[in-house]
Amino acid sequence: MKMKSKTQKIRWSFFIFFIPVALWLFLLIVLPHLELLRISFLGSGGKGFTLDNYKAFFTEPIYWLTFVRTALYSIFVTMIVLVVSLPVAFYITKISSIRAQGLLMILILVPFWVSELIRVYGWMILLRESGVINVFLVKIGLFKEPIELLYNDVSMIMGLVYTSMLFMIVPIIGVMGSLDDSLIEAAHDLGAKRLAIWKEIIIPYCMPGIMSGSIIVFMLVLGSYLTPKLMGGKNSLWFTEQIYNQIIVYFNWNQGSAFGFLLLLLSSMIIWVALKLTKQDFTKVIK
Amino acid sequence: MQVALSVKDLTKKFGDFTAVNNLTFDVEDGKFFSILGPSGCGKTTLLRMIAGFYQPTGGSIAIQNKDMLGIEPNKRPVNLVFQHLALFPMMNVYENIAFGLKRKGERGNAVERKVNDMLERVGLPGSGSKKVSQLSGGQKQRVAIARCLVLEPSVLLLDEPLGALDAKLREHMKVELKKLQVKVGTTFIYITHDQSEAMVMSDHVAVMNSGKFEQLDTPQNLYSNPSSSFVAQFVGNNNKFAVDLKKNESGQFFASSKNGGLYSLSDSFKLQNSDSFDMFIRPEAIIINPNNTKSTFNSMNADVKAILFDGGNSRLLVTPEKSDQEIIVALPQNRQFDHIKAKDSIKIGWDPEAAVCFEKSEEKIYEDEI
Repeated sequence: MKMKSKTQKIRWSFFIFFIPVALWLFLLIVLPHLELLRISFLGSGGKGFTLDNYKAFFTEPIYWLTFVRTALYSIFVTMIVLVVSLPVAFYITKISSIRAQGLLMILILVPFWVSELIRVYGWMILLRESGVINVFLVKIGLFKEPIELLYNDVSMIMGLVYTSMLFMIVPIIGVMGSLDDSLIEAAHDLGAKRLAIWKEIIIPYCMPGIMSGSIIVFMLVLGSYLTPKLMGGKNSLWFTEQIYNQIIVYFNWNQGSAFGFLLLLLSSMIIWVALKLTKQDFTKVIK
Repeated sequence: MQVALSVKDLTKKFGDFTAVNNLTFDVEDGKFFSILGPSGCGKTTLLRMIAGFYQPTGGSIAIQNKDMLGIEPNKRPVNLVFQHLALFPMMNVYENIAFGLKRKGERGNAVERKVNDMLERVGLPGSGSKKVSQLSGGQKQRVAIARCLVLEPSVLLLDEPLGALDAKLREHMKVELKKLQVKVGTTFIYITHDQSEAMVMSDHVAVMNSGKFEQLDTPQNLYSNPSSSFVAQFVGNNNKFAVDLKKNESGQFFASSKNGGLYSLSDSFKLQNSDSFDMFIRPEAIIINPNNTKSTFNSMNADVKAILFDGGNSRLLVTPEKSDQEIIVALPQNRQFDHIKAKDSIKIGWDPEAAVCFEKSEEKIYEDEI
């Protein structure tokens, strides 16, 4: 009898913590998605069941091309972020002193206390025609007149890399911190050069962190709206802008939610393929 | 005999602290050489300099007569077995052992043959596909050694690799390591703070203290003829007496214990700075119920305070009459003294030849030493 009352107590406290989480998940995530899923199958007049909204994605090249472009650029951005983040994480965890580690982490974190909008404006102040870099380059006489550095794919990629780097560095630092220095020394002792140490020891060891960082960055970049909109050129249309246009500009909620679901589905598929290709276990990666 | 490793005037300083102080020694090819010392004596620093992870502040290291100055660890003909082994967790046993061979650019059948040969040699045939986490402590040990030996290094360095094992396995691995070294014939340089490991396995042992070698000798000589107070205390068990040395009219030296008691000595000493000395007598040099007739033989009555039973390593804790000096006496293994009980009064004694004396040093090996 005593045992029973104890388990009941545990159950009650469990529900007290579980209910807010369940409510939050259900009301703010599951319910809206179910509604979006429902209206994505409605015709333009809001009546009847139809697959036209989904068909439009595959039949109109502008839609699926935008998606392919967005996905490829997102993969590309993720790869650049990874290449930049690995040495940064290595420097913070293995080379800098413990005191400097905290300082460096703060330096990486601080920009993210500011909203994305402000950070993108920061880049624009630097890069625009009358911006800091142009003024400087003209002054030292490299250019005769200012050139447009903004509104092209390069500036957009730069912005995306900058805004998502933190989300790669933090999970990699988490794993790399637990990498025993003697593993690196042992590899060096057994004849490995710098490149082989990275390829055979550090990267395989950090793979769970690399994969979880890559998934977060990929999803963030794929779903970002501000940076491509503000820093990209007229030709660099992002798939999220298509959704925005459908819902806000054309007021076509049905088409917009169909695109939203396609984005979710296709990006999940890309991640699944990536996990399979790198032979990573999803449950290990999300730890 | 060929010299595998030659160290000359080697010094390493970290800021003001001198970790390794002007060391010079040679290690012959094919020997098992141990460096024995308490933690913080500089032995790991010395090993890491030989491996190439630290640059010496001064002096030189030559391996097989080739100067190693400025040569990276991956280019040196030495390999290091790390204290915590540092096996690569993301690789299986086979890949761990093949790692070094592949870095040398070896491919295909040659690698497979060498790895399997090596696995057989260390007594783990067919374990190639096992994960590192599936191995026991002793097996990990052997993989770590195999991973180095497969590269056929001129010198294999071992950094207290038995430290993490439990006592029983450590005893076993000591013998295994010695047998393995004899079998492969590679020069082993082994560092440890455990004197028994060093004694059991080594051809030569260097006792290191504060960056210097106190004594470099065979285990037998270290045990029977320690050259300093530090060595006498660190190697094996010893009874330590704080004594004042005195000389009688006929030139015979005596040790007068600060805890009471006067003991005769066989050696003669030059008393220069002080007559405060430390006298050491091994527990097994003390005889129970002696019937020696030598005039200088030290014999006394003593009270048994406790019997420290430990199988073949059993001892008595006694205090001589009119003294509070505690003495450990080894019990012979023939059980002839089984009748001795605590609080008994017995007769003990030792030949003065068995005692060694060194000028008193303030140095303590362990912090909690009295």
